[in-house]
Amino acid sequence: MAMAGKALAGETPQVLRTAHEIWSPLVLTLELATVTTLLLLVVGTPLAWWLARSHARWKEVVAAVVAMPLVLPPSVLGFYLLLALGPHGPGGIVARLQGARTLAFTFAGLVIGSVIYSLPFVVQPIRNAFEAVGDRHMEAAATLRASPWDAFWRVAVPLARPGFLTGAVLGFAHTVGEFGIVLMIGGNIPGETRTLSVAIYDFVETQRWAEAHLVAGLLVVFAFVVILSTMLIDKRARHL
Amino acid sequence: MNAVALSVAITGRLGQFALDVGFEVPVRGITALFGPSGSGKTTILRCIAGLQRLNGRIAVEGTPWQDSDAGLFMPPYQRAVGYVFQEASLFPHLSVRDNLLFGVRRAKGQLRPTSGGGVDFDGAVQLLGVGHLLQRSTATLSGGERQRVAVGRALLSNPRILLMDEPLSALDAAAKDEVLPYLQALPARLSLPILYVSHDVTEVQRLADRVVLIESGRVSDSGEISDVFAGRGISARALEMDCSYLVGRVFGYDAGSGLTRFEVDGAELSIEGDHGATGTTRRLRIAARDVSLVIAAPVSTTIENVVTARIVSVADHETARSLVRVCIRLGADGTGALIVTNVGRKRAEALALAHDMHVFAQIAHIEHA
Repeated sequence: MAMAGKALAGETPQVLRTAHEIWSPLVLTLELATVTTLLLLVVGTPLAWWLARSHARWKEVVAAVVAMPLVLPPSVLGFYLLLALGPHGPGGIVARLQGARTLAFTFAGLVIGSVIYSLPFVVQPIRNAFEAVGDRHMEAAATLRASPWDAFWRVAVPLARPGFLTGAVLGFAHTVGEFGIVLMIGGNIPGETRTLSVAIYDFVETQRWAEAHLVAGLLVVFAFVVILSTMLIDKRARHL
Repeated sequence: MNAVALSVAITGRLGQFALDVGFEVPVRGITALFGPSGSGKTTILRCIAGLQRLNGRIAVEGTPWQDSDAGLFMPPYQRAVGYVFQEASLFPHLSVRDNLLFGVRRAKGQLRPTSGGGVDFDGAVQLLGVGHLLQRSTATLSGGERQRVAVGRALLSNPRILLMDEPLSALDAAAKDEVLPYLQALPARLSLPILYVSHDVTEVQRLADRVVLIESGRVSDSGEISDVFAGRGISARALEMDCSYLVGRVFGYDAGSGLTRFEVDGAELSIEGDHGATGTTRRLRIAARDVSLVIAAPVSTTIENVVTARIVSVADHETARSLVRVCIRLGADGTGALIVTNVGRKRAEALALAHDMHVFAQIAHIEHA
């Protein structure tokens, strides 16, 4: 980054400028996906556990709410998020604590949007994995003096590991690929909210086909690696 | 003679019938919770472990684990139980060694000198013959090996009582025969009460010292195994028993004749071969077809074991119309061990076999259970 910054200061060759235009969204996208995935695991794990183990009648209602982003057009979700994150929504109140006016069009806003949008992709595999662990192993752990907390970490989580891997990979990949929500609540601010998918859109708009090709090709390879690795995780889990 | 280790009194609804049981388990030996499938045996065991909650009181060695009146319900992980499930439920992500050790660390701090029946890791490994399996993954174990590891794992969590829920029922006949001797060896090696759920009469006879008979959610009988299986005619009909089990104590081997003399309740028996040092106890099995009854003392007979006994009951055989089932108790006064035999209906009528009659039993063959 430092090198690229120095180069930009003076008269810079086109190649370096292009490299920066791709490098910057790439780093931002990876940052966003990493932070989002970690947050998703923190939020999604207890949620998945509750959905897998609770006998509450309204748990399917909660499950449906969590799954909504699967069918909702991203622009609809983005629209409501824009309102929520904006100066008159709860996001604005939080923003004001830090002296800002709004969470929309910020990296933090993007993270919040991504977490909500990718939640079902993380919760569903982990929930399935927790359900597959079953009561018997948890009961066996309890009779061997493991407290519920202990049994959760030492029995349920290790047994559900394939679910966590699948969930993390899908959450990460889905965040890398999102477009509609980013555009609605993030805009297209270089280094702050311009992710790879938005960058492609931008390259195409300005008819820079070579750059668009490069980024698109990169994402095709990425998608292939993701799908292949989840399939391999599944296969290994079945052999366990 | 035997102090109470566990007392249970619980009530609750169970499907269409009500569960209402009260019983006690003594400090030593195996007590079987015996009864038909669906009679509530497993539910009782789960309540003792705290895995299920019904109303009532459960106390171990005087310490209440549950007392609904006082609002006390100890969660399962605070109860010092060893629990062996029907399927072994070993943790698949841990090796055999780590499965065995799972409860060890967690039970530390609640250790009492007598808990766990006094076995340590090496002791349990040796007792269950799982030393060669320690490094293995649980996925590579046979059914019998899994259950042996599961028993060891339960013992090593330093329980004050060992609960076993039909631990053999998921195994095939060969695996059952492999695991049974290990279970039979437990009472002699452990100072730990064992409560064993089963609906298999042979299993119960081969393992248990005492029986609590559960029918439709109630205790219909309980006591020493021979008493419960003998007395009130439940033996033959309900249990379809075709052999008897008794405990014998060696009191001498005669190298000349090649016979070991055994002392059983109410009689002395001789068995071919050397069956261990004097004082060793063995569980013996006598098939009903190997026992014949004589009214007067047989004078010249080829049968080695002829013992005096009294008839306890004469009843129709459950399947064969030509037979009657006769239960006898050994000893001239008829207070010894219980033995079942089948007698042809015609012969039984000719001899007028009846309750309390004095007879001689010729036992053609006796074997280890």
